[in-house]
Amino acid sequence: MEPIQVTVNGQVRNADGAGPHTSLLDWLRGQGLTGAKEGCAEGECGACAVLVARPDGPEGATWTAVNACLPPALAFDGQEVLTAEGLGTAPGACAVEDLHPVQREMAQRGGSQCGYCTPGFVCAMAAEYYRPGRSRAEASAPEETGTGATGEDHAADHEVGPNGFDLHALSGNLCRCTGYRPIRDAAYALGAPEETDPLAGRRHAPAPAPRHTRLRTGAGEFVRPGSLEELFDELDQHPDAVLVAGATDAGVERNIRHTRPRLVLAVDRLAPLRTLRTSADSIELGAALTLSEIESALDGRVPLLAALFPQFASRLIRNAATLGGNLGTASPIGDAAPVLLALDAALVLASRDGEREVPLADYFTGYRTSVREPGEIIRAVRIPLPLARATAFHKIAKRRFDDISSVAVAIAARVEDGTVEDVRIGLGGVAATPVRARATEEALRGRPWTADTAVAAAEVMAGEGTPLDDHRASARYRRAMLEQSLLRFFAQTQPAESLEVSR
Amino acid sequence: MRSLADRPVNPSVGETVAHESAALHVTGTALYTDDLVFRGARVLHLWPVQAPHAHARVTALRTAPAMTVPGVVRVLTAEDVPGTNDAGTKHDEPLFPDEVMYYGHAVCWVLGETLEAARLGAAAVEVEYEPLPSILTLTEAIAAQSFQGNQPTVARGDAAAALAAAPHRFTGEFEMGGQEHFYLETHASLAHVDESGQVFVQSSTQHPTETQEIVAHVLGLHAHDVTVQCLRMGGGFGGKEMQPHGLAAVAALGAVLSGRPVRMRLNRTQDMTMTGKRHPFHATWEVGFDDDGHLLALRATITSDGGWSLDLSEPVLARALCHIDNAYFIPDVEVHGRIGKTHKTSQTAFRGFGGPQGMLVIEDILGRCAPALGIDPAELRRRNLYEPGQSTHYGQPVRHAERLRDVWDQVVERSDFEARRQQVAAFNAAHRHLKRGIAITPVKFGISFNFTAFNQAGALVHVYKDGSVLINHGGTEMGQGLHTKMRQVAATALGLPLGRVRLAPTRTDKVPNTSATAASSGADLNGGAIKDACDQIRERLAEVAARKLNVHPDDVRFVDGRVTGIGFHDQDLSFEEVVGAAYSQRVQLFAAGYYRTDGIHWDASRMQGEPFKYFSFGAAVSEVEVDGFTGAYRFVRTDIVHDVGDSLSPLIDLGQIEGGFVQGAGWLTLEELRWDTSDGEHRGRLATQAASTYKLPSFSEMPEELNVHLYERATESGVVYGSKAVGEPPLMLAFSVREALRAAAAAFGPEGTVVELASPATPEAVYWALDAARSAERSGPGAPRSKTGLPARHDGGAAAPGAAAPGAAAPGAEETARTGTPGAADADGRRPEPVART
Repeated sequence: MEPIQVTVNGQVRNADGAGPHTSLLDWLRGQGLTGAKEGCAEGECGACAVLVARPDGPEGATWTAVNACLPPALAFDGQEVLTAEGLGTAPGACAVEDLHPVQREMAQRGGSQCGYCTPGFVCAMAAEYYRPGRSRAEASAPEETGTGATGEDHAADHEVGPNGFDLHALSGNLCRCTGYRPIRDAAYALGAPEETDPLAGRRHAPAPAPRHTRLRTGAGEFVRPGSLEELFDELDQHPDAVLVAGATDAGVERNIRHTRPRLVLAVDRLAPLRTLRTSADSIELGAALTLSEIESALDGRVPLLAALFPQFASRLIRNAATLGGNLGTASPIGDAAPVLLALDAALVLASRDGEREVPLADYFTGYRTSVREPGEIIRAVRIPLPLARATAFHKIAKRRFDDISSVAVAIAARVEDGTVEDVRIGLGGVAATPVRARATEEALRGRPWTADTAVAAAEVMAGEGTPLDDHRASARYRRAMLEQSLLRFFAQTQPAESLEVSR
Repeated sequence: MRSLADRPVNPSVGETVAHESAALHVTGTALYTDDLVFRGARVLHLWPVQAPHAHARVTALRTAPAMTVPGVVRVLTAEDVPGTNDAGTKHDEPLFPDEVMYYGHAVCWVLGETLEAARLGAAAVEVEYEPLPSILTLTEAIAAQSFQGNQPTVARGDAAAALAAAPHRFTGEFEMGGQEHFYLETHASLAHVDESGQVFVQSSTQHPTETQEIVAHVLGLHAHDVTVQCLRMGGGFGGKEMQPHGLAAVAALGAVLSGRPVRMRLNRTQDMTMTGKRHPFHATWEVGFDDDGHLLALRATITSDGGWSLDLSEPVLARALCHIDNAYFIPDVEVHGRIGKTHKTSQTAFRGFGGPQGMLVIEDILGRCAPALGIDPAELRRRNLYEPGQSTHYGQPVRHAERLRDVWDQVVERSDFEARRQQVAAFNAAHRHLKRGIAITPVKFGISFNFTAFNQAGALVHVYKDGSVLINHGGTEMGQGLHTKMRQVAATALGLPLGRVRLAPTRTDKVPNTSATAASSGADLNGGAIKDACDQIRERLAEVAARKLNVHPDDVRFVDGRVTGIGFHDQDLSFEEVVGAAYSQRVQLFAAGYYRTDGIHWDASRMQGEPFKYFSFGAAVSEVEVDGFTGAYRFVRTDIVHDVGDSLSPLIDLGQIEGGFVQGAGWLTLEELRWDTSDGEHRGRLATQAASTYKLPSFSEMPEELNVHLYERATESGVVYGSKAVGEPPLMLAFSVREALRAAAAAFGPEGTVVELASPATPEAVYWALDAARSAERSGPGAPRSKTGLPARHDGGAAAPGAAAPGAAAPGAEETARTGTPGAADADGRRPEPVART
């Protein structure tokens, strides 16, 4: 059997000692690379962030920041990883200070206080530093609708520095000391990488190919199948196997709830799951594309998804998380499902017997359950074209960046000559599954798009689902937010100067 | 040069320098306690067995099943304790309890070859419980009269008489949430037994001496048998002042029993469910104003939620009582304090230490009463600021009260406050669904430990023969930049470039009997001690240099590594030369330094005295924007003027101010601790026990524009190099954010709307506040105000000028205010009056 090896900071290290349930973070720390820290063990704080060389097309690579606490170390067999230790050198016994530009800015500007979150910030910042095209001016054009007046841009507003640095690159990193201002200043002060910078140069060669990894220990087995057929074989033999792409959910299960599946199947690099096809009547998104990859490839082509992405967890999570994983867990509070419901998306489910297409609205059957059969996987998500013109995504959460929604509402409407010709509304957080707001849709369909219609439909909307009281929000607030979201959508679709909603 | 506050020429203090470990931080090479695990061999790992009951008796504990798990070495239980089974300085915290006092309480710990083995072993331990009734909320504790510790009263004058005579009286009730420290580095200790039974514990602790004492207490050893070292902490914020001790003791016990190094590290879930937090507080209050809005009297009862054990609850309460005035002069005061005993984690120190909670009471009162008085909140606050010559309600003169007003006026000017108020009004007139609010609040915060004995510190300074300097002091580094400042102090005192001074990790065998690095006092106390040690060495070196330079020792100057006679520029010596000569002449080149804060005194029984060396001042203006559809908000801009005396290290101080402000804003707006208070099987379980459910501020909560100005020409006499403490006071600048949110919510209603705002002011809380204000608008003037929760008014209908807000002076106002919860009556049995409840 091939040895399992991970290249860390340019040095090849043997990783045979890692078990199927060893996170990349624990393995790195066990190697003595203690720069990456555990802060939360659920991908929320970014103290464990490291850089990974990921494909940027077939010919290039991109330094991508991910949380090391979530994915299994074995998923990095054959891959290249960088930690804060690999970016620069601190002065020490017989060592001369040689800081990376990101490290220098962070150190000199007071970007570190206790320093515990700092290596993770440095890695997340370095990924943005090396992002191709960062230096392009990326100021977003002002919206034409009334969104600025309704506060619609609050949750997702792009904060971009004069150097093109997208602050959302750091939305998955928490600092409890600084208040963030000096970190932002450090990020916005970064120039372009130098020509001679080897890490910049690394981007011009292909990313390492995935390896056909297979390791069994007493604790379980890790397999990265080389093909769909092999994956189906494994699923046949081990129906209880856990499929892992970015491990942003499975990693939390392992770390917090201590689940230890007998077999972990890594599917994140399987080519059939990584397609992005556009035809005249649909867009097909591969289930194992990361959200960042979809975001970048679509480049705003689907406005409702473009509204979703900046609010979906953090950049660190989006660099690993996939639609397949998000829908595969069938969580009632995932933010992708409401949006995809509003887009009338369908799932392409694949098994040894072939493929079938299931409308997402028919996919969920109950709390974390779905129509997906044993041995069946989500291969892709299909979004029908043309897209509805008027759309909105309203995420209600305590925090603007990187929070789990208490309520998520996605609306896609076709309004022609002042009449709601068609509308789909997807809801998250108000029932055991993501649901369509069918009664509200009915109250809108065929009606003139007026304030009276909006108010009447908002009342219906307030009765959708069965919201609960929990630590995120009260049921009463959730109901109020359902109601308000329709009023807000109406306000958003009106010209800014005539923003009046009678209640 | 003899005065503590005077600075020599070219001092290192006052220079902007990066954190002394910055290069280590950014390269990931700075070591924290749990990083050391990977440098040693044969380290054992601990995992707690946490009880799934808020309150229960342990009726059986079977550890044998755990021993069958491969890799389990031992289960640590009460029977293994050679000393005392207690981890608290008050002796009320059994380390291995037979009575479970909160959900998640560790009843025993499993020691394993790997963390996984220890975890599986913990799952295999069989514990039987007899569940007992539990008290979880402050409301329940007050109803059941479940209190612990003392019940102090701080008073001046005759509050009852002054209230009776006051032209305007209001009563109210207010409850504020606690706060999880969420230091990014969770609790960690690594213990091993050295040669000849010396126990060496590396711990992430703000109070190494107390960790040492508790470890010795549990092991039945003397203090000299135990050494505690803290390299640095990944954040503390008070959470590692008292809480690390028992955890370190478990690790030390494991090391003693196994003979191997033992690592204890709480994961985030364990840390959040097992360790104490900021105290929530409940307050009932009665306040009186004159016609001009001057505060006349305050009578209040404040009750903290202390959790299951006393911990630091008494001093936290004392500080709350001493800060209920914030920056305002209140002639007649009577405030009672109580500590609730509940079945929750033992609430503990958290940046501000009760000060924020006390101050929030008066800020909430002013925010609620201003519209009812018909006085602009900013004007109401300014009118009540302390004047020179006035004293606090506990009898301490407010020295430099003029600086408080000066700081206020400066931030008004720097923030362009008056013009921006107009802009906010214009914005609000032009926007129906978005409203902005702008507010200004002051901070006055007393510096020193209320517990007088803690106001001392020691240091050890070595000068080696090559002229290099190694300093050691009793303070710990948790990110606040103490070590950076201490190097600057030593470099200044010895007249050396900063690079010549190295700092060694904090350990109890270098400097004994240290105080907690807490109460913002780290730089004041340890800086005083380091300066003392350096002064001793410098004076000895001055004698050596004086002989060489042929001048009087008093005329020798140490500047930038050169030693000269005063006024002489043609003849100088290098520091190394002088050091070398001193060694040859057998002059001692190292010194122990010591500092005690003088002039402070405190009578805890009467709650009177001068417990604080001085006050720190600050003021902030914040502007926010609130979305009427959701209650979501963003922080548009904050301007701060803050008084750090003459800054020892401006970049460090700036970081403390900004970080403290954002942390305070987190407490007041976002961070919400929720327990299961149902009667279900998980009663008492912390529902927000992870980063995914407990949200601390991220980039999105940083004000989009943040301007911080250090108050100038602010020399604080009697403190090292004229500086002031900075750790805690800036946290309370965040009151401006909360008051701005109140103002924005009010803007959804008619002018003069009284807004009640829950704390924390989450988007949901802000939504209900603005929705109530909107309802007031819909109802129209004069309509019954069923939801606004106006402070109940007792001024016999004598409406203040401008109090034309609908319902503000209406006779029906008292009826609309809800009656307080049963049992909310004051301890002295006064009849509870109708109160408005948040």
